[in-house]
Amino acid sequence: MSTSSSTPSLVHKDYEGGKLGMWLFLFTEILLFGGLFILYSAYRARYPLEFHEGGQHLNAVIGIANTLILLTSSLTVAISLTALQKGERRRSLLCLAATIVLGLGFLVNKYIEWSGEISHGLYPNSPLMAQRPQGDQIFFGLYYTMTGLHGLHVIAGIIALSVMLGFVLRHKVTRTDFNKLENAGLYWHLVDVIWIFLLPLFYLAA
Amino acid sequence: MSYLTEGRRKGIRSWILSTDHKRIGVLYLVSMVSLFFIAVLIGVLMRIEQLTIETPMFEPQTYNAFFTVHGVIMIFMFVLPGLPAVFGNFFLPIMIGAKDVSFPRLNLLSWYFFIAGTGLVVASLFTGAGPPDTGWTFYAPFSLTSGTNVSLGVFGAFVLGFSSILTGLNFITTIHRLRAPGMKWHRMPLFAWSLYGTAWIQVLATPIIGITLLLVIAERLFGIGVFDPAKGGDPLLYQHLFWIYSHPAVYIMILPAMGAITEIIPTFARKTIFGYKAIAYSSLAIAFLGSLVWGHHMFTSGMSEKANLVFSLLTFIVAVPSAIKVFNWTATLYKGSIEVRPPMLYALTFVFLFAIGGLTGLMQGALAVNVQLHDTYFIVGHFHYVMFGGTGMGFFAALLYWFPKMFGKTYNEKIAVFAWVPIFIGFNMLYFAMLVLGYMGMPRRYFTHLPQYRTGHIIASIGGFILAVGLVMFFANLVVALKRGRKAEQNPWGGVTLEWKIPTPPPLENFSIIPRIDDRPYRFNPEGS
Repeated sequence: MSTSSSTPSLVHKDYEGGKLGMWLFLFTEILLFGGLFILYSAYRARYPLEFHEGGQHLNAVIGIANTLILLTSSLTVAISLTALQKGERRRSLLCLAATIVLGLGFLVNKYIEWSGEISHGLYPNSPLMAQRPQGDQIFFGLYYTMTGLHGLHVIAGIIALSVMLGFVLRHKVTRTDFNKLENAGLYWHLVDVIWIFLLPLFYLAA
Repeated sequence: MSYLTEGRRKGIRSWILSTDHKRIGVLYLVSMVSLFFIAVLIGVLMRIEQLTIETPMFEPQTYNAFFTVHGVIMIFMFVLPGLPAVFGNFFLPIMIGAKDVSFPRLNLLSWYFFIAGTGLVVASLFTGAGPPDTGWTFYAPFSLTSGTNVSLGVFGAFVLGFSSILTGLNFITTIHRLRAPGMKWHRMPLFAWSLYGTAWIQVLATPIIGITLLLVIAERLFGIGVFDPAKGGDPLLYQHLFWIYSHPAVYIMILPAMGAITEIIPTFARKTIFGYKAIAYSSLAIAFLGSLVWGHHMFTSGMSEKANLVFSLLTFIVAVPSAIKVFNWTATLYKGSIEVRPPMLYALTFVFLFAIGGLTGLMQGALAVNVQLHDTYFIVGHFHYVMFGGTGMGFFAALLYWFPKMFGKTYNEKIAVFAWVPIFIGFNMLYFAMLVLGYMGMPRRYFTHLPQYRTGHIIASIGGFILAVGLVMFFANLVVALKRGRKAEQNPWGGVTLEWKIPTPPPLENFSIIPRIDDRPYRFNPEGS
């Protein structure tokens, strides 16, 4: 067991341990958003009418399109992992690339959506907001914070999956050593799950 | 050959690039003790300000920065990472018979987060519009409107949170996956149990402070309005989110100290620990119940009467598992053959000071009393008894206990005992005076005071100076020992946990053969105990 390397425990890979660590990390992500969900429920109870009205200003079509995009990307990342485990490296790479493209598509939609809303003056601290009831400001404050934080997670996920793509190409993640891809996939699913909650809370609140 | 001499790299790189859990523990120790002394110095300056109220030595705004920076450094960079990052990193793998933690590289990364967060906080002192003046709690709405460099300081605290999360995640995985063959849960040393409870709080509570601090920054940069009453936000929700983390964080601070005390007391009483399971599970009970009592920081903030009642009740309940530990320690001492050497002296001091801290905490948990005591020096005195008398003393006791094992040198035991005298006297003069001042009505965070508080402040300031002298003696003794200390034996105190069964200082991979564990820990006398 012992080697001259200064990182002896890396000689032996503990897949179970790696997965446990990843799940613990996912817990922390859920709790990070949990703080925002608490704020959302407190303010929705306080400003029900304004939240209802605020939801009408959001573009539900883009919201639902983005939901479909993320759900499809969760499917492709799952296929990518299974394909790799079955030895179909080419299909795995294709699906992984598709996931990254879908993630980028989500961000493009987000950009179109946000720039539209901002051009209408619907953003925190805008001159328009100063004239509207207080609950409106809170709704849009939370909207930009929560979807923005989620957007950052999408970017982080895309980076992680791109690194995995490189690993699979260079045979560092393989049929027998797929733990890293599995963990990156778990992270991507988490990004997806959080979005599933954001969609009804904001876009369907109307 | 030991971890101090072996390794691929040489010089400073062998430290700052090392993934060895022992070297990372030492990195944390050095960074933390340095920061501790900066914060002690600021504390001394605050006590000088209270002595010189006729011709103040510092501007009121400077005093605001002092208590903010003193709190941020002491809380986020010393007591919070304190024992887990130093002794947890160094001894957890050894005590459970492992060669390292589960994720050695993440472990090193967590130290870099610690240094980066510290760097950001330090940068916030010297850049922009001056050091933050909000107090370490960053309460909204003041933290949203303060013209000082709050955003950078808050971001530093956010980055420090990552360090804490990674350490917790690493320890949980390590304890689940890397225990030596035969080391069942109930054969695990109690320090490891306390780290396990701590690690769960670190993982589950820290993200909440993360998002809260991010919201303060977003609020300052974009004016999103969620904590800003002018825009319909509610500052009370800031307090909720802040204490949902920061109260459990109190237990991140105290649990590992309790764990270290649980190791020291049986060793110096030559007797197996009394109530092993009660201590182990009370750690988890504290972690669980401690997550439900945050509201007791907000009794006067305008919560409903019902919420106040529930939080008060829960606060009293959380005292039960803490008391279980104190009773078990005293029962362990009963009929033991006690030898009061330096680690034991500091451990017993911990029990005494922590008991005062705990009982004054219960006083504040009572709703009627709390209205009188809220935001007074009583609170300041109370949490220094818990944080400094508890965690700080626990840290010192642990350092004295494990120092010979960590560095292979013995320190001068007489000086360690001699330094205890000013520490103990100064401590009680300083913080007991604060308890009395607070009871008389002295509010916290004021740069000056009324004449009726004069005597109390003079006693507290003198106590503070005595305490600081004791602290310098304490650490100077250890620094001298590093240079000139005699070589330490493998087992200077007669301990029975695994770290005493390997050479001093520990070799690079701890164990040449992973041990098999077939008995409970703390068997000082294999025939009976």
